[in-house]
Amino acid sequence: MIHFVVHDENDSVGVVVVEGVKAGQDLTGWIMDQDKEITVRAQSDIPIGHKLAIRELKNSDTVIKYSVDIGRTIAPIKVGEHAHVHNIKTKRW
Amino acid sequence: MAIDLKNASFSGYKRENGRVGVRNHVVILPVDDLSNAACEAVANNIKGALAIPHPYGRLQFGADLELHFKTLIGTGSNPNVAAVVVIGIEDGWAKRVADGIAATGKPVSFFGIEGHGDMETIRRASKAAKDYMQWASELRREERPLKDLWVSTKCGESDTTSGIGANPCVGNAFDKLYAHGVTLVFGETTELTGGEQLVAARCRTPAVRDRFMFMFDRYQEVVNRHKTSDLSESQPTKGNIAGGLTTIEEKALGNIQKIGKKCLVDGVLDKAEVPSGPGLWFMDSSSAAAEMVTLCAASGYAVHFFPTGQGNVIGNPILPVIKLCANPRTVRLMSEHIDVDVSGITRKEIDMDQAGDKLLEMMFRTANGRLTAAAALGHREFVLTRLYESA
Repeated sequence: MIHFVVHDENDSVGVVVVEGVKAGQDLTGWIMDQDKEITVRAQSDIPIGHKLAIRELKNSDTVIKYSVDIGRTIAPIKVGEHAHVHNIKTKRW
Repeated sequence: MAIDLKNASFSGYKRENGRVGVRNHVVILPVDDLSNAACEAVANNIKGALAIPHPYGRLQFGADLELHFKTLIGTGSNPNVAAVVVIGIEDGWAKRVADGIAATGKPVSFFGIEGHGDMETIRRASKAAKDYMQWASELRREERPLKDLWVSTKCGESDTTSGIGANPCVGNAFDKLYAHGVTLVFGETTELTGGEQLVAARCRTPAVRDRFMFMFDRYQEVVNRHKTSDLSESQPTKGNIAGGLTTIEEKALGNIQKIGKKCLVDGVLDKAEVPSGPGLWFMDSSSAAAEMVTLCAASGYAVHFFPTGQGNVIGNPILPVIKLCANPRTVRLMSEHIDVDVSGITRKEIDMDQAGDKLLEMMFRTANGRLTAAAALGHREFVLTRLYESA
């Protein structure tokens, strides 16, 4: 069963695609572009559609999704943690 | 079994100017806010006639006024419209709109309220609307080749599943339609922010690229001039954020999945401008759903692909809006709004090619007359884009 989807193997985040993901749960991810699977242990409860980090991110790191820059971290994010507006901001505007 | 697009056709209404529509509306079109009541009264008198009220049209000037006329004339000229009754507070601008629509060769009449009052205007306009309805009711659909169908796209209340499933599904369908000479359009200028270089790289010629970047930069200046924050909760919207989208860059990269992997951007349109030939066009436009879809209708598009993640419920009075969704939660909770469920993509139940074919199949069914979910639910959002304050 696929719990989260990653666009490209260069990405630092994946998207939870099932409801009810809880902290501590072992999750299977599908990397779409390379058609590979990875596993990550969730460190937060993560709603469907929301992101989790699949790489360790430091403060002010660039976040990669679709193999492209989608913004910068404003706090460190550990693998498996919820990655959203509380720890990522736009670099534009 | 993949759809054979090479010999594909749909059943449409061939209009006087050669364009082909998939609906047969008689529109009662107000020039201004003051004429809405009369238009709605006419549509109430004459069954099947369609009033499209809106809040603007007074004391606009310059480019904003030109866009107002262009949008109204384009809406009336759309091939999904058989005939039009135009009503304005006075004759002059009503005639201007009617003359613009009459250039297509379709039947159009105009009425000014001043000097007559609402009741006399409603009586005369109702007579014209009745004649048009009865005339239009005898028009028949005919088989037309796929290339006669113009298809637009814009997504709304996107979430991360939009970029994973619903938007690339539109992209897959666009790649297939593009290969068969269909006239396509996408837009949402601010919603390319962070992905604009990817779109620029897809432009067919340097001249198209320059024009695209001119439009992109022009809209960025509007944002920069008026912004009081990083626009979070406006762009991306509150709904986008609830759905897991974090930044405008992330939203943009999901958005541009709609232009597929193969088709090139052949040209650039200003708001409500009519494309001059087949291919993929970029139209400078608002990213607000109803504004963008209204502009697509004004540019002459006949069918619309609308991917959603969190469940935007938009429709349009004259342009059938086909909704697709890849979020299983939204499909479960808001099924009455979804025409094409592509949530199987993230479960690996269907691949993108199959999802694209599923959307194309619904496109043909819709073109041939199937009511969209939005139409059945009565969604008729007709929203004019304003450029600045009235005089």
